[in-house]
Amino acid sequence: MTSHQQSYISVCPHCRQPITPSDERPSLEVVQADSAPAKPQRNGEPIISFRQVNKWFGKLHVLKDINEDIYPGEVVVIIGPSGSGKSTMLRCINRLETIQSGRLVVDGYEISNPKVNITPVRAEIGMVFQHFHLYPHKTVLENIMLAPMKVRKIPQTEAKSIALELLKKVGIPEKAEAYPAQLSGGQQQRVAIARGLAMRPKIMLFDEPTSALDPEMIKEVLDVMKALAREGMTMVVVTHEMGFAREVADRVLFMDGGSIIERGTPEHFFVNPVEERTKAFLRQIL
Amino acid sequence: MSIDVITRNIPYLYEGFKVTLQLAAISITLSFVFGTIFGMARLSKYRIISIPATIYIEIVRGTPLIMVIFWIFFLIPVLIGHPIQPFPSAVAAFTVFTSAYIAEIVRSGIKSIPVGQVEAALSSGLTYWQTMRYIVLPQALTKMIPPLVGQFISLFKDTSLAYIIGVMELTRRATIVNNREYKSFEIFTFVALVYFVVCFTMSKYARYLEKKRRVGEDHRTEEKYTPANA
Repeated sequence: MTSHQQSYISVCPHCRQPITPSDERPSLEVVQADSAPAKPQRNGEPIISFRQVNKWFGKLHVLKDINEDIYPGEVVVIIGPSGSGKSTMLRCINRLETIQSGRLVVDGYEISNPKVNITPVRAEIGMVFQHFHLYPHKTVLENIMLAPMKVRKIPQTEAKSIALELLKKVGIPEKAEAYPAQLSGGQQQRVAIARGLAMRPKIMLFDEPTSALDPEMIKEVLDVMKALAREGMTMVVVTHEMGFAREVADRVLFMDGGSIIERGTPEHFFVNPVEERTKAFLRQIL
Repeated sequence: MSIDVITRNIPYLYEGFKVTLQLAAISITLSFVFGTIFGMARLSKYRIISIPATIYIEIVRGTPLIMVIFWIFFLIPVLIGHPIQPFPSAVAAFTVFTSAYIAEIVRSGIKSIPVGQVEAALSSGLTYWQTMRYIVLPQALTKMIPPLVGQFISLFKDTSLAYIIGVMELTRRATIVNNREYKSFEIFTFVALVYFVVCFTMSKYARYLEKKRRVGEDHRTEEKYTPANA
């Protein structure tokens, strides 16, 4: 653990300034839509930076020369046909997938270097999965409290009050003592978001968070994500929800065949796409 | 048929029963610990750890228990130069034997946990060992209870084989009583009954434990199809 804590207070490789993560963490307060702070402009250094990133699954070239910078406070939505590499790109950010070449820097850590310990970086990144992956043997509350207590060493009472606050924020405080199997899909996914937020992360990753949900539950999850975006959370979202992309994204990336084919604001993307493949994709889904 | 031969020898047999229980309890505890270690070792991504564990498991699983007992009781003294007592060598043999089977149970238990559980835990900042301890092993254990208890029941019954190397456990004492009294039917029926009662209790307790651990986790199992509610 000590080695993590040491590397945790480290120097940013770009600007040579000590990294003080605690100051930058978004607050956990429930922010109403109209009182949300203005979106931070792109400033300073990117918090996620892909440089010539390549990845293969065996012979399959799944990521081809990915170059992308994501800045603090940005909401980036990645869309594209299935098998285009969008989930893989997302999963590289917290090294659930390793890359074979290129440089990937996240929160000042060069995680493309296998010698860099990923654990402290992961603590700063919340992740929400398509199939929720809540811990079935733990209650909702315990699901949310586990990482803060074991990773951040927060005392139980404090972890519990954070968890309850987050459950209020995602709209299901009454389910605190329930087990995941007793919740609907939408409720489970909202608990999963609360679990990710409990570490007060700097980045939230969403891997098709609504794809496994029944249609009537999609909205409740998207609403939570929208509220989060308004608070200024840095979010990278892989989704097929074009309405969400249009409304919430600062930037949209379109991927196909392992490459980023087109990037731009939602207006650019949905109104005036340039690339033929983007147009074809949008014709199919819209 | 006389019940008399049993009642007269109960104190003598009871001493043997205590040895049987000790033998089983110590061997079960040790083989659970070593079995978990070997099971995790076999899943290790480092070949230097997984290959020796695999070799050990395969060798033991391809060997009769009685050979392991003989091997440890007769060959270890040759190797180390002095004899070892029957009881510790029986414990060692049962541990070596049962650990291999438990290792396989642990391995399949761990492998039955969806990879998403591990990814969720790791991505929240937990280390590999924390993920194992708080997420994987508790869930695996619930799934492992039925085969694990089956293995413990087997081990409990197999402790009777220790009589061959002279451990004064229940079966050995029963044969001694039989040699003295020539009442095979009564004595061995009684001893069999004792083994059965203990094993049956373990089996019942396991069902209870499994149910208790599954509370909340899997409440939908109640609604699953069974021939009874069809």
